[in-house]
Amino acid sequence: MNFIALKMLMGDRAKYIGIIIGLTFASLLITQQASVFVGLMTRTFGAISDLGQADVWVMDPKVQFVDDVKPLSDTRLFLVRGVEGVQWAVPLYKGLLKARLENGNFQTCIVFGIDDATLMGGPPQMFEGKLEDLRRSEAVIVDLNGARTKLARPPLEPGGASRPLEIGDSLELNDHRAVVVGLCGVTRTFQSQPTIYTTYSRATQFAPRERRLLSFILVKAKAGEDPAALCRRIHGQTGLLAQTSTEFQWTTVKYFMKYTGIPINFGIAVLLGFLVGTVIAGQTFYNFTLDNIRQFGALKAMGASNATLLRMILLQALLSGGIGYGLGVGLASLFGRVVRGTELAFRMMPQILMISGAAVLFICMLSAVLSIRKVMKLEPAIVFKS
Amino acid sequence: MQVAHELAVSCRGVTKTYVSGSTRTEALRGIDLDVLSSELLMLVGPSGCGKTTLISVIAGILDQDAGTSIVFGRDFKSMSQRQKTAWRGAHVGFVFQAFNLLPALNARENVAVPLLILGTPRREALERAQAVLADVGLSDRGGSLPAELSGGQQQRVAIARALVHSPRLIVCDEPTSSLDAETGKTVIELLKETAVAPNRALVIVTHDSRIFSYADRVARMDDGRITRIETQRTAP
Ligand SMILES: Nc1ncnc2c1ncn2[C@@H]1O[C@H](COP(=O)(O)OP(=O)(O)O)[C@@H](O)[C@H]1O
Ligand SMILES: [Mg+2]
Repeated sequence: MNFIALKMLMGDRAKYIGIIIGLTFASLLITQQASVFVGLMTRTFGAISDLGQADVWVMDPKVQFVDDVKPLSDTRLFLVRGVEGVQWAVPLYKGLLKARLENGNFQTCIVFGIDDATLMGGPPQMFEGKLEDLRRSEAVIVDLNGARTKLARPPLEPGGASRPLEIGDSLELNDHRAVVVGLCGVTRTFQSQPTIYTTYSRATQFAPRERRLLSFILVKAKAGEDPAALCRRIHGQTGLLAQTSTEFQWTTVKYFMKYTGIPINFGIAVLLGFLVGTVIAGQTFYNFTLDNIRQFGALKAMGASNATLLRMILLQALLSGGIGYGLGVGLASLFGRVVRGTELAFRMMPQILMISGAAVLFICMLSAVLSIRKVMKLEPAIVFKS
Repeated sequence: MQVAHELAVSCRGVTKTYVSGSTRTEALRGIDLDVLSSELLMLVGPSGCGKTTLISVIAGILDQDAGTSIVFGRDFKSMSQRQKTAWRGAHVGFVFQAFNLLPALNARENVAVPLLILGTPRREALERAQAVLADVGLSDRGGSLPAELSGGQQQRVAIARALVHSPRLIVCDEPTSSLDAETGKTVIELLKETAVAPNRALVIVTHDSRIFSYADRVARMDDGRITRIETQRTAP
């Protein structure tokens, strides 16, 4: 009976296409919007994930997310170094500083100051120059994307192309001269400001004078040490907040989820996709069943049981769902490919595929249930009505 | 050993009233009717007199309000809907005025449907369907969709479908009404030739008086009652 169900479904070309379009639309919108959402959320903790060498981040207990810097006094570093299980602990300066460009404009940049001695906490990727070059005087490393866009120098002649910042170029950070010694790659941040790396001591010179300038302490756990346990120990001995990298990423994401309208906006888009998909697919599927009600009646008269008809309808719904889901997810990944390397965030996680799959399955089942009810209650005697 | 005139259907005091809103239609007002197991019985009468209702009860697709309908010894009243459905699948063949072929299936697949419902493997079902299609003179149209066939051809496919699982009871509701006179005549001849068999009862509802002569017996109905039963002397 399965092939009869499939032939029935595909025989009604217009409705079949309608059902598929509805389901494709739903899974496309859900997958695509959720992926953009996850992409954006991933950017919020780019600063954390870029710093792969650290197991634990130590900070002021009031810090809510990675951009919420509440400086510590430098002496805290020594306290943390004294905690058992710490292999190394290095200071990290993270702040927003104004860079004055050649054309007189100002551009806010994210500045990281990393440990002078070890250079731990540097950029995840170097395109030009070497990290060690930071030891030269006035040296900074600029992220390539920023160097090409927001930090680019004005064109030589009016109307010409602007020139990317290159090694050897200089810029002014908070009225201090800085020389570019390298170009690096970083995860695009949420605010998409250019990122600049320099040493901790130089960064604190660039920064406006404050009593405390130590933003975070980065900690590497000794081999075999459980980072979570280490966090508890650090907190117990220093009173500071210590979070593993992953924890801190989640803390950051949760902050954005809670205090920005971003999740709601995407939630609405996902819900809209779900509802529109349900309405189109559900409605069309139900109409398909109604249009074919005589055929179901004839099958029932000829001895097809309710269980058989139920299986047929489920099969029709699941096949449509499978095709619609495949097309929708396919289109969403196509979208992901097209926008790769652009400003748009897109991260299609397996969980997203599972969620949109579940949503499509739910839509199919809902549509099928309406149809099944109709067919179950159907009097086979309708077959004799002309 | 089958007895020649075993009872196929025995209705006693069957009543059926349709209620829709405030209107009540007494479609059957106490039907007593026997159908013999190898005969062709025609049920005739004016439109609205209850013919369709009666064969629906006989075929087990509609429950009567009162009275008994015993078909090949089985009392439908004592069977669950599921049992009745399974029974229909095994023992009843249907021919409808509106053909009721599945438009997405070709002729051969349509004919195979009752076998597929009974759980026959697809290949075997299609082979047997093709053989029965040949019996109704459509051996070369097995691959055609219903829309590609004429009305007469579609009804022949429907007859093949009613025959394919060798049911003991075949019910036909106005099988010729959608066809022109000539085609109707060939269809009824085909039914008479292929469907009538020992141990198979054939009940045909019609108001087409030109085909009455093909019946063994003609039961006349009016206003929910059987008014007269005539035995044909000379069947052609
Ligand atoms: N499902 C139904 N609901 C209400 N009335 C019905 C229904 N089916 C048939 N009737 C009525 O019952 C009577 C008998 O109908 P039917 O058995 O179809 O007659 P026939 O087949 O002889 O034309 C008619 O008056 C018809 O209008
Ligand atoms: Mg009728």
